[in-house]
Amino acid sequence: MKKYDVVTSISYPKKGAMGKTGSWRVFKPKLDKNKCVKCLQCWVFCPEGVITKNKDGTVSIDFDYCKGCGVCANVCKVKAIVMEREAEDK
Amino acid sequence: MNVMIDTGNYIAAKAAVMAKPDVVAAYPITPQTTLVEGIAKYVATGEYKGEYICVESEHSAMSACIGASAAGSRTFTATSSHGLLLMHEMLHWAALARLPVIMCNINRVIGPGWNIWADQNDSISQRDTGWIQFYCSSNQEIFDTVIQSFKLGEHKKVGLPVMINYDAFILSHTSMPAYIPEQKEIDDFIPTFKPLWKLDVDNPITFGNIIGPAHYEKVRKAMQDAQENAKTLIPEIAKEWKNKFGRYHGDFVERYKCEGAEYILMAMGALGAESKAAIDNLRAEGLKIGLARVRTFRPFPKEEMIKLGKQADLIVIDRNISIGSEGALFNETKAALYNKSDAKINGFIAGLGGKDVTYQDIEKICKKVINGKAKDFEWYGFEGD
Amino acid sequence: MAIKDLPNDECVLPGSAACPGCPATLGLRMVFKALGKNTVMVVPACCTAVIESLYPNTSFDIPVMNIAFEAAAAGASGVEAALRKQGKTDTTVLAWAGDGGTYDIGIQALSGALERQTNFIYICYNNQIYSNTGIQRSGATPYAAWTTTTVDGKTEFRKEMGEIIMAHHIPYSAQACVSYPEDLYNKVKKAKSIKGPKYIEILAPCPPGWRFSMDKTVELGTLAVDTGAWALYECENDVVTFNGKSKLLLEKKIEPKPIEEWIKQQGRFRHLFKPERDEKRLKEIQEHTNQVWERYRKCYLQK
Repeated sequence: MKKYDVVTSISYPKKGAMGKTGSWRVFKPKLDKNKCVKCLQCWVFCPEGVITKNKDGTVSIDFDYCKGCGVCANVCKVKAIVMEREAEDK
Repeated sequence: MNVMIDTGNYIAAKAAVMAKPDVVAAYPITPQTTLVEGIAKYVATGEYKGEYICVESEHSAMSACIGASAAGSRTFTATSSHGLLLMHEMLHWAALARLPVIMCNINRVIGPGWNIWADQNDSISQRDTGWIQFYCSSNQEIFDTVIQSFKLGEHKKVGLPVMINYDAFILSHTSMPAYIPEQKEIDDFIPTFKPLWKLDVDNPITFGNIIGPAHYEKVRKAMQDAQENAKTLIPEIAKEWKNKFGRYHGDFVERYKCEGAEYILMAMGALGAESKAAIDNLRAEGLKIGLARVRTFRPFPKEEMIKLGKQADLIVIDRNISIGSEGALFNETKAALYNKSDAKINGFIAGLGGKDVTYQDIEKICKKVINGKAKDFEWYGFEGD
Repeated sequence: MAIKDLPNDECVLPGSAACPGCPATLGLRMVFKALGKNTVMVVPACCTAVIESLYPNTSFDIPVMNIAFEAAAAGASGVEAALRKQGKTDTTVLAWAGDGGTYDIGIQALSGALERQTNFIYICYNNQIYSNTGIQRSGATPYAAWTTTTVDGKTEFRKEMGEIIMAHHIPYSAQACVSYPEDLYNKVKKAKSIKGPKYIEILAPCPPGWRFSMDKTVELGTLAVDTGAWALYECENDVVTFNGKSKLLLEKKIEPKPIEEWIKQQGRFRHLFKPERDEKRLKEIQEHTNQVWERYRKCYLQK
C-alpha cells in the first residue's frame, strides 16, 4: 500500500474501518453445524461479509464484525442458524 | 517560431492542444464556443490525439475533468459566465481534491437579462474556490499563460487547478498575432504530468469519503500552502518563459511606465491593455502616472501590492462588483495594504455589462483622482461623467 | 455460476458503517465478485459514500472516487476516457449510485454518459428513497409510501427508469434484486463482457427506509418480485427478456401474489392498514400494478 504525501481526503482500506462492529449486536447468530446442509445461502446473503466458506463447505462467522442483523437466520433453509439475545457482558 | 494571427479563442485552443492534455471536456457557451470548436478541428486533423468528451452540461464538463485527472491524466476544459457558475460546486471539488485541471474562462456578463459582453463577475465570484486565477490582456498572453498554467498547476508543490481568464469578444473573438513555439519546445517546457495521487487498481484508495473537522482543516491549510508555493513559482515560470521565448507579460503584475510615478493605475484584463493608451496620453501631459496591470488574482499578490503602495497612490478600476460591497481588486488591494502603507487608494467600477471603457474614459477616471474630485469609491459613467 | 463456486474475496471489508441488514453492501458484495479487483468505482453522495466509513480509513478494497451527488456518470466518463488514453481498457469503470442520484438529480449526467457511449457499467441500487438524508421521497418511491416528505403517502406513481434507459438503446440494461444473487452475478458478468454503456438497477429493500425488521431484507426482495412490484429483466440490443419468476408472471404461467402481501410487510405503508384499511388506495395500487404488467406484456412478450 503506497501512501500519498498530499494532504487531501484520501483514505486507505482497513478491515473494521468503523471499529469492531460486533459491538453493535443485540442478537447473535448461533450456528448448529449438525443441521447445516452447506447450501451457503447465509454466506451469499450476509450484508457484512463476515461469514466465510471453509474448504469443507461449512461456514464460519466472524463475531468481531457481525452486526447481528439476522439475515443469515432468515435465509437459512433448515433453520441451522438461530438468533439469540446476547448477554450484556461479552 | 511561427506566427498565428487568430482570435483569442483559437489561439487558446492551439495552446491547449500543444500542451497535450489526455482528456478535454467540451461544452459550448457564447463566447467560449469557438475555443472548443477549435480543439474539435484539431481532433479531426489528428493534431490532437487525446480524448475529447462532448458532455451534456458544464457541471458535467468539470466532473468529467475531475474523473480524468483523478485517474491520472492531464485535463483541460473551457467555459464562460453561466457555464462557470453551473460548475461552481465542482470548481471547489477540483481544488479540494488537488487536481490540476486547466481551464480557460471567457469573462462574460452574468444574466438575467442575457448579455454576452465582457465583465469579470463570473470569475471574480469564483475567487473563493481555491483555483489559481490569471487575467490576460492579449492573445499572445493567452497562449503563453495557458502553457505556463499547465506547468504551474501540475507542479508537485502546487497541485491546484488553474483558471485563465480573458474578456468576451474583446479578446475571445478579436484576431491578434501570436508567436507560437515549436511543439518540441512546448514538450520540453511542460514536464510529464505526475499526479499527486490517483485512482490505481494496484494501490486502492478511497477519495473523498467522510472526513472529520480537524482533518479537513489540514486539507484547507495544505491548499493555502500550495497557493503560497505558487507565489514563488509564478515569477520563476514567467522568467523561464522569457528566457526561452523572449516574451514576458509580467508575473503577478505587469508594470508599465511606473518609473517615478506618483499614481499607479491598476486594472485587469482588456481594461489593463486599454489603460496603456491612457497612460501614454497622461504621461504626455506631464502627469506622473503608471500602470500595474494585475495578471495574477489568485494567489492574491499581497507583497506586490505592498510594493506598489510604497511607491505611489493607487487608482483601481474593477470590471466587477460584489453587490453590497465594492469591486474585488479594490477591496483586496486595500486589505493587502492595511497597516502596511499610507497610500491613498481610489476605486472605480467601470465596464459592467460589457459597457465599453475606452482609454478616454480611463484618462477621465485618473484625472478625477489626480484633481482631488474623486470619492473613495465610485461608479464611473453614472453621474454625468 | 453456482453459489459454491463464487469467489471468496470481499472488496467490501467487514466492519463498515452500513446499517445491519443493509442491501447496498449485500448487492455490492455480489457485484464485486462478478467484477473483480481490476475495477475503479465512482460513487456520488448516497448511503455508500457513508458506508465507506471515516477518513483516514475506507471499507473498500478497490479504488473509489467519491463525487458530487449529480455527477456520478459524468465523473465516470472522465475516468474512463483517462484510463482508455492510458491503454487500461481492461479496467472496469463502475458508477454506483442510489435512486436519488440516478432517477432525479443524476439523470442528466447518466443520460449524457449513455448517449455518448461511455464504456462503463452504471449500477443503481434502488431503495426507493433518499435514504442517506433520512428517508425522503425520490422519483423511485412507490405510490402511497410514507417518507418524511410524503407524510400521508406519496401521491404519484414512480418512474420506470428501466424503460427510460431502454430508450437510450445501449447494448445492455437490466433490472435485478439483491434477493436473487445468481441472477445479479450473471447480469453483472454479462455487462462486464460487453463494450459500451451498460445499466443495471438492483432493488435494495432498506430496513430503516421501508420500516421492516432488519433480518427480512432478502424476504422483502423476493416478495417484491412475487407480487410484481419489481420485475427482473434484461434488455440486450433492444431485445427484452424477463427473467425467472418475472418471466413466468409476464407469460401468465403463474399468478402474482396480491400486492398487499408485499405492502403489509412494510411500515412505510402502515397508514393503509391502520387505523383502518384504506381500500381506495390499496385498490389503486393493485390496479396500477396490473396495468404495468399488461403494458409489459404488450411491449415485451415474445410472440
